[in-house]
Amino acid sequence: MAALDHPRRPLSPTGRPPFPAAGHPPHSTAALMMRGIFQEVRARLSAPPRNRAQEGQTDSMSHATQDRAAPAPETDLLRWATAGSVDDGKSTLVGRLLHDSKSVLADQLEAVARASSGEGPDLALLTDGLRAEREQGITIDVAHRYFATPRRRFILADTPGHVQYTRNMVTGASTAELAVILVDARKGVVEQTRRHATVAALLRVPHVVLAVNKMDLVDYAEPVFASVAEEFTGLTAALGIPEVTAIPISALAGDNVVEPSAHMDWYVGPTVLEHLETVPVGDDAVAWEPTRFPVQHVIRSGDARLYAGQLAGGVLRVGDRVTVLPSGRTTTVVGIEVLGVPADAARAPQSLALRLADDLDVARGDLVVPAGAPPEVSRDVTAAVCHLHERPLRAGDRVLLKHTTRTVPAVIRRIPGGRRLDLNDIGEVTLRAAERLAFDRYEDNRRTGSFILIDPADGTTLTAGMVCGTPPPFVPTPHEGERDALG
Amino acid sequence: MTAVGTGTRHPVPGRLGHLDVLESEAVHIIREVAGEFERPVILFSGGKDSVVMLHLALKAFAPASLPFPLLHVDTGHNFPEVIGYRDRVVARHGLRLYVASVQRYVDEGRLRERPDGTRNPLQTLPLLETITRNRFDAVFGGGRRDEEKARAKERVFSLRDEFGGWDPRRQRPELWQLYNGRHAPGEHMRVFPLSNWTELDVWQYIARESIELPEIYFAHDREVFLRSGMWLAPGEWGDAKDGEPVERRRVRYRTVGDMSCTGAVLSEADTVEAVITEITASRLTERGATRADDRMSEAAMEDRKREGYF
Repeated sequence: MAALDHPRRPLSPTGRPPFPAAGHPPHSTAALMMRGIFQEVRARLSAPPRNRAQEGQTDSMSHATQDRAAPAPETDLLRWATAGSVDDGKSTLVGRLLHDSKSVLADQLEAVARASSGEGPDLALLTDGLRAEREQGITIDVAHRYFATPRRRFILADTPGHVQYTRNMVTGASTAELAVILVDARKGVVEQTRRHATVAALLRVPHVVLAVNKMDLVDYAEPVFASVAEEFTGLTAALGIPEVTAIPISALAGDNVVEPSAHMDWYVGPTVLEHLETVPVGDDAVAWEPTRFPVQHVIRSGDARLYAGQLAGGVLRVGDRVTVLPSGRTTTVVGIEVLGVPADAARAPQSLALRLADDLDVARGDLVVPAGAPPEVSRDVTAAVCHLHERPLRAGDRVLLKHTTRTVPAVIRRIPGGRRLDLNDIGEVTLRAAERLAFDRYEDNRRTGSFILIDPADGTTLTAGMVCGTPPPFVPTPHEGERDALG
Repeated sequence: MTAVGTGTRHPVPGRLGHLDVLESEAVHIIREVAGEFERPVILFSGGKDSVVMLHLALKAFAPASLPFPLLHVDTGHNFPEVIGYRDRVVARHGLRLYVASVQRYVDEGRLRERPDGTRNPLQTLPLLETITRNRFDAVFGGGRRDEEKARAKERVFSLRDEFGGWDPRRQRPELWQLYNGRHAPGEHMRVFPLSNWTELDVWQYIARESIELPEIYFAHDREVFLRSGMWLAPGEWGDAKDGEPVERRRVRYRTVGDMSCTGAVLSEADTVEAVITEITASRLTERGATRADDRMSEAAMEDRKREGYF
């Protein structure tokens, strides 16, 4: 068994602090495994034989079998994303996950069976939504899938492998707490795998899973898996991804997707679903992360004013001394209403309304933060970006910048190397906003550290940005052809 | 309220469940619309999704009143119980209601009845003309991505051109919680605060919040007949044909739409809790079980969305 530890071993921190909190979380997959929780989970999952009888269509719901286990009234929510190259079997994996977790219902399965050409239903068809996609056998756009087990509710951003894959994966990964990157066991790590890992690192997806698929086509051989996993963890370590879980699967045959494989007794880790059900969600970090409250809307009720918004980080308490940015005025929280119900405290990501002690001029776009611990406030921002549109982005372009609840004009001052950014390019820009912005570095807070750039002419979303900080004083380097658009 | 400056630190509130997270997300979306649009309107059919959406909107602006009016597209073949419910809700909360009447378009000869009697596809024109006439720039819909395959690719903020059309290839990427509300004159935004909710989430939330629903969502005795595998109720829209015996059965509705294409399910579930137990055990999706309009073709919903449907 010793040899098997190695591909699953979480990576050591690599200089950059892991997201969201420094240090290896005590509830990491590895730690849970040590305590044998997966063995317990597996025993529980396989204990009561579930009724797999495929009933014919019935119009009477009272005749239906008790096939899906009832989720607990309130469970965790995990947002996750998939990424894979063409033909890596991503649609099949998702279809298998939905099918084997009993999230596919009889009429959906019938529709798929009708559309399938070969024997048995083609599970990939479960996720191809649009007619153009079915006709061309491709996935055009990010599709969202929903399923639940008794332990968790899942929201999956299913991103296509080829057409505009970077744009779509960036979109899917932006809200994901976990990303599954698929690799074909026969091909190993390819150029697109590097691209997907880069996006996961750039977007700071806290948990990354490597699913080595099509193990049935390599005789379920452990050395094949170990070699792919080793190459991938080398890559992710270099990218600063703090933790990777590698799982050998066959999406087509169902090995290690929901049920443990009967063909790979050398693998003792979790199946994909077990891992999704038990990976720690970011909620625990809320207690110690800096409080951030972007004001969305001012509610006027009689003489009182309430500031409505969603907590973008941390905890807010009645009695807290707070500073309103960018003005910098300080006051005290005298009341919190969580959707009409008074509360002593609230935590991210709750939506709430705030009463402040002093009659300050607070408006949509302002950021409420703890007094004495403000984030950076500046008009100048340096950010890592992914360009999302066919229209290229160039130094000198005038854009709109939407950051939290504030939209302001901005100008692109500089793109290192003097080059332009084309669709799906990842790069760095320095920009100046028309007003001061209060922001965090993206690695410290995904909500107050992110922005989008919008074309002021037609409203198109052009670029996704992740704040690195404020730019150093500009030193021209003419030989690189760089220039500052503000001169 | 705790005295300020006493040094008391309130404890960190407990972890949020999935309904809390979905509720907060939906309220965030609704408030973004209040912040970025001039004339929003909420599509309200009396169906459970629009009822939950209205509940969330009321909570989003409490203690102030709702800053948006409601819009109902009335096919003329709605369930009377649902119209009664709609009017009660509007009166209770002192809301403003716009009604776009398919019947009036039919009476004026601007829309022609279909041979199969269904009026669902006829709703699009009255909807679009009401939006244009009232210059609504953001239109809230109760659509959920889990309902249907074309909806799974829908954005939370979904831009519609001046013809109300939806072009899946020209959708804006939607990142983080940064919704892009920019639109040109004549265009409008469809906004779906329940995008990430499932049917079960909606019912669990209805139970948690004790939200009142039209009574047809719960088991009751009704005259119904079977057509193409669906239990339909006779009404102004039409009646059973020869060979379609009318029976009295115990039924409830899983979705609420035009009477001509919304089927009932045989059910004994007469409470919210019983409904939750029932849908948890169901082997059919809610639209697959009860909606003839989605059975027309594999791409029925996709086609209607392109034309400006909800």
